[in-house]
Amino acid sequence: MSTQQILLAGLDPNTGDQTWHLADYVKRGGYAALKKILSENIPPENVINEVKKSALRGRGGAGFPAGLKWGFIPKAYQGPRYICCNTDEGEPGTFKDRDLMRFNPHQVIEGMIIAGYAVGSERGYNYIHGEVWSLYKRFEEALDEARAAGLLGQKILGSNFNFELFAHHGYGAYVCGEETGLLESIEGKKGQPRYKPPFPANYGLYGRPTVINNTETFAAVPWIIINGGEKYLELGKPNNGGTKLFSVSGHVVKPGVYEVPMGTPFPVLLEMCGGMRNGKLKAVIPGGSSAPVLPADIMMDCTLDYDSIAKAGSMLGSGAVIVMDESVCMVKALERLSYFYFEESCGQCTPCREGTGWLYRVVHRIEHGLGKPEDLDLLNSVTDNIMGRTICALGDAAALPVRSFTKHFKSEFEYHIENKKCLVPPEVQREGSRIYVTPNRVPSC
Amino acid sequence: MLSQETLKKIDREIAKYPADQKQSAVMAALALAQEEKGWLAQETIACVAEYLGMAPMAAYEVATFYNMYDLAPVGKYKLTVCTNLPCALSGGVHVADYLKQKLGVDFNETTADGMFTLKEGECLGVCGDAPVMLVNNRRLCSYMATEEIDKLLAELKS
Ligand SMILES: Cc1cc2nc3c(=O)[nH]c(=O)nc-3n(C[C@H](O)[C@H](O)[C@H](O)COP(=O)(O)O)c2cc1C
Ligand code: SF4
Ligand code: FES
Repeated sequence: MSTQQILLAGLDPNTGDQTWHLADYVKRGGYAALKKILSENIPPENVINEVKKSALRGRGGAGFPAGLKWGFIPKAYQGPRYICCNTDEGEPGTFKDRDLMRFNPHQVIEGMIIAGYAVGSERGYNYIHGEVWSLYKRFEEALDEARAAGLLGQKILGSNFNFELFAHHGYGAYVCGEETGLLESIEGKKGQPRYKPPFPANYGLYGRPTVINNTETFAAVPWIIINGGEKYLELGKPNNGGTKLFSVSGHVVKPGVYEVPMGTPFPVLLEMCGGMRNGKLKAVIPGGSSAPVLPADIMMDCTLDYDSIAKAGSMLGSGAVIVMDESVCMVKALERLSYFYFEESCGQCTPCREGTGWLYRVVHRIEHGLGKPEDLDLLNSVTDNIMGRTICALGDAAALPVRSFTKHFKSEFEYHIENKKCLVPPEVQREGSRIYVTPNRVPSC
Repeated sequence: MLSQETLKKIDREIAKYPADQKQSAVMAALALAQEEKGWLAQETIACVAEYLGMAPMAAYEVATFYNMYDLAPVGKYKLTVCTNLPCALSGGVHVADYLKQKLGVDFNETTADGMFTLKEGECLGVCGDAPVMLVNNRRLCSYMATEEIDKLLAELKS
């Protein structure tokens, strides 16, 4: 198995903050892909084809093939088209785009410029999660560097290609990570997702054709152009090209961001994180809080790629791996997640607005010893009435955790309802969730 | 009503968008206005709306939709602690409890001296740094064990 890294090679949390500048990126081979395209006059279709060949799948959660998406932009369209980057990263457990943005912002910029070239767009926006303000500031600095070097603006590097790029910040709304909520938000409105179709490729920002991809998706593009789509595909496994960033949180010795090839066995990743902190592995949420939870034995047999995780009944999602040991009460864990979806529902669709509140209240009462025997059936029926009946996938994202927690850990829920207390003793829970700081990480404030 | 300095910063944001899409700058403009005023009073929101040529109601909708805008006065320092599940596994809830006890307030309350408002945050997108908190929306604090919290509070009080 390959160990090549293409997104964060040589960049780590202890030194990465010093080497993000343009000059450092160029030293690492940066902007060579853009130069190659412009100096060799590579036709835009060939760029799209290379991305198609790479089997690069969207890293924001849905895993849609990026090349295919770019190909949907109508070629004959007269008028502006836009490139949008989704750095809203608000899915609990996900913090990979943060490392790309603070250690390697120019790779994101280069990927976006190339996307602009490929679909004939002259303007892009990067929507950045408002909570990590330093990322927004850093990205603006990186844009200034790129402009000053003639990598953005009119007649880039002496070619006939023009592209401008700007940073837009969010201000605390998870639903703006949904691509059409994000577009509404850039337009200066409430971030309420739109009905689809029409999809952004036809009706996107300001009603114009728009490509929207995750930060990590764009950042993979320069490598694909230089090394070829086939090489990228070979790094991973068929239909699951390349490497992927995994944000590992929870009960491991070294939580953090790890870049591994697609198809890496989960136990290998766990070992890279230093293994479990204290307790035995109980469960893993493999793709961010919206992905169904998997019990330890199923997870240990999985490889980290879209297909394997899907076969096991969950989703690779954003690659946010939340690791839980046996000190975790699954009812309490679900209660917190359900609260999150209830809090973040934008309220447009009745099944989501009412359903997320309902789910939270029922899980809350089970956790607090007030559950009724029929509550598990009730939860199931509420999720049935949410799934597939909403404008955006936040509804499903709220329902899937409920489904999977109550399915795989049914006995814990039943025990709570019957005995009005938790199967995991409170002192064990307290010990398991106590304050833990990753070794060798300096507190920063 | 907004200072020249803030308006100049807002102009810079407006320049990022097509000339007929000034409204796109509303999120940044509201954030800048809040930075200047401490919180967003209705007049402040109306002022931003007027500057961007949009209906006051439309700006108000934006201000209420995104939860980092404060529509009521907050303490001199707003502390937002993440207690979502990934953080909770590494002490997020313990840290929140510690702050509640030290400050003598619950979530969404302000200390009697007007210094601190405590907020429960959702995922800040830095779960690997747990426990984490934000000071006044801008300053991110990572790996906040109790000693670090003591240091931070002492610094903010001084
Ligand atoms: C509620 C919700 C939140 C989302 N949050 C994010 C996010 O933070 N970042 C992201 O890239 N995609 C997020 N997505 C997925 C986007 O809608 C979209 O699929 C993605 O940006 C497309 O880019 P990709 O194909 O490169 O992954 C979210 C989707 C939903 C339904
Ligand atoms: S599913 Fe929920 S978050 Fe998505 S549009 Fe409907 S109400 Fe809003
Ligand atoms: S869960 Fe706390 S920062 Fe993500």
